[in-house]
Amino acid sequence: MRREIPLIITFVCGITMIIQFFIPHWPFSDVKSYFQHTYMIIAAFAMILGICNLTRLHIFKIRDRRENWGYSIVLLVGLAIMAIPGLFQGIHEGTMFEFLFKNAHVPMNSTMFSLLAFFVASASYRAFRARTFDAALLLIAGFAVMLGRAPIGDTLTSFMPEGWQMSDLANWIMAFPNTAGQRAIMMGSGLGIVATSLRVILGIERSYLGGE
Amino acid sequence: MTADIGTWLAAFLTLCIFSFLYKDNPFYKFAEHLFVGISAGYWLCYHFWNTVKPNLYDNLVEKGEWQYLLPLFLGICMLLRLFSKIGWFSRWAIAFMIGSGAGIMIITYLQSNFLEQIKSTLVSLDPAGSSWTQVANNSLLFIGVVTGLVYFFFSKAHTGITGGVARVGVVFLMICFGASFGYTVMARISLLIGRMYFLLHNWLGVV
Amino acid sequence: MAPEMRVSIVERLRNIDRRVIFVLVAAAVIIPLLHPLGLPLKSSPPSSSLYREIENLGPGSVVLMAFDYDPATDVELGPMSLALLKHCFSRGHKVVSLALWPMGASLARASFAQTAEEFGAKYGVDYVNLGFKAGGIVVIDSLGKSIHESFPKDVDGTPLEELPLMRNINSYADIDFVLGLSAGDPGLPFWIMIAQGRYGKKVGGGCTAVSAPMLYPYYPNQLLGLLGGMKGAAEYELLIEAKGSATKGMDAQSIAHALIVLFVIIGNLFYFMGRSREKRGGQI
Repeated sequence: MRREIPLIITFVCGITMIIQFFIPHWPFSDVKSYFQHTYMIIAAFAMILGICNLTRLHIFKIRDRRENWGYSIVLLVGLAIMAIPGLFQGIHEGTMFEFLFKNAHVPMNSTMFSLLAFFVASASYRAFRARTFDAALLLIAGFAVMLGRAPIGDTLTSFMPEGWQMSDLANWIMAFPNTAGQRAIMMGSGLGIVATSLRVILGIERSYLGGE
Repeated sequence: MTADIGTWLAAFLTLCIFSFLYKDNPFYKFAEHLFVGISAGYWLCYHFWNTVKPNLYDNLVEKGEWQYLLPLFLGICMLLRLFSKIGWFSRWAIAFMIGSGAGIMIITYLQSNFLEQIKSTLVSLDPAGSSWTQVANNSLLFIGVVTGLVYFFFSKAHTGITGGVARVGVVFLMICFGASFGYTVMARISLLIGRMYFLLHNWLGVV
Repeated sequence: MAPEMRVSIVERLRNIDRRVIFVLVAAAVIIPLLHPLGLPLKSSPPSSSLYREIENLGPGSVVLMAFDYDPATDVELGPMSLALLKHCFSRGHKVVSLALWPMGASLARASFAQTAEEFGAKYGVDYVNLGFKAGGIVVIDSLGKSIHESFPKDVDGTPLEELPLMRNINSYADIDFVLGLSAGDPGLPFWIMIAQGRYGKKVGGGCTAVSAPMLYPYYPNQLLGLLGGMKGAAEYELLIEAKGSATKGMDAQSIAHALIVLFVIIGNLFYFMGRSREKRGGQI
């Protein structure tokens, strides 16, 4: 019951999706469509599960007065001031939900990621060393792309003829050596995904079911 | 400087997060937790209004399409994960998603990320009317992909000819990682430019 | 200068407080924003290719535009969305947007608000925002059968039958071009795999600079054009001759890149100086 049914469900769903690719007609096309709509709804419930779990975790943290529990109140207040107007008033333009999205969520989300610019710069100074030939090659390619993909590259190499400037070098690196390397990685990982998917469908790979 | 309260709120929260650059502090922690809470609230509302309501509730309750009982059942199974004793029911929903996803992935990855890539690599090295640079570049692309794949082939020890070919593959991979590094720096700097532009333009009005 | 003193300076510079580096990075971004240099810009082949594809679509063509990103990457993908929408509206194309990332739906709304009025585009007639749907690749695949079944209502809850534009659009068969704006997974690779690979649709788009190198293997056979990061957005602004926020950011981008290259060079200089001293038996 706990293991066999999930394995049967995985097998049936996986095989149906594969068969539909080769026989895109009734009944497989309709079954596939039904599975797809079911998938979308379950995916939404999965996200709701995550939010419920987050809420529960922080309620327990406040109840047990664990370290930094005060910030858990901030988190729950944030959730409430977004969710209550959003669920009752709607998510249209001009609502409280939209105001908070524009003026609280957008700035915090983008600033959080922009911090990485400072840490990349710090790492560039402290950690990126041309210790070996391979590392030197990586850094040189990185330099060419960094300078060639910003206007300064062409300004610095403006004495070179058209077609031989820094942006042309960056374009060439992207179109040939980069594409070759990325394609090799893509083909390798593509085969890996196919093999793993097959193992999942056939019930050989069961780690997604967890323990017990 | 703007008088818009929303912009002031956005600027305050931006500065709270930037304060982390000096050191971890209560302003940063406040903004960090508020961000997580607001994100969760946003997701909840959008999943409800854009998926649960139109795709499940309307079909099931308003249109009376009973086949939507199965997604409802599996959705509830997913939520049962919150209760340890009956949490194993969620495996049914997870199995449905994993199985359907794996079925789609097999075909799509095989087609787009493997077969199509072979097709794009096996181009004529010297198509009619081509310049010597095009011939050289097409050859380079072919050599790069083949040697890169040899590097990822672990069923044979990387010694002798295989080792030499794999070594050439490493050169291509290093250039490729270098390009990724360059683009990563570019991305991070762009994000910082966006925030600085907001502070200087929208808030302070000096740009 | 005494050797000990020189050693101490090198040592101090090697272990410089990271906040000094932070201040230099901030200055490299702020100063060019306050005093633009106006460095010349050139477009790259993938950007020009995307421009040509959109340009060559007949008037009234339907473009499906996916907003698969969130505010964290809006500074890169937002200007792209504005430039692409301006181009589409100026050519008389109809735009149907959707999002596989929850926040993409709100960002799409903001992009339409900034562009539609300028070209007299009307909601429901010239463009529609279908909103967000969870499920990633499965949602993309489901559009092959019926957009109306997957998205019964638009972002604001209006049934699709009430929107004139959507009366004649129900699957990939009614779409002329797919534009994906993607910050990761789910995103542009899935649109290529399904919309192009399975349904044979023309696909192009933009992505964050981080993911651009990974998308090059698809170009130009599976992906007809690609805008990579803020630079890609600036190139498209150049092509449509409508300078926007991406172009404004290019000087700051240039100076910051030069600074980081300088950091790597200086860091390596100190590293090799230290290593040569170690080889000679001295201390750093």
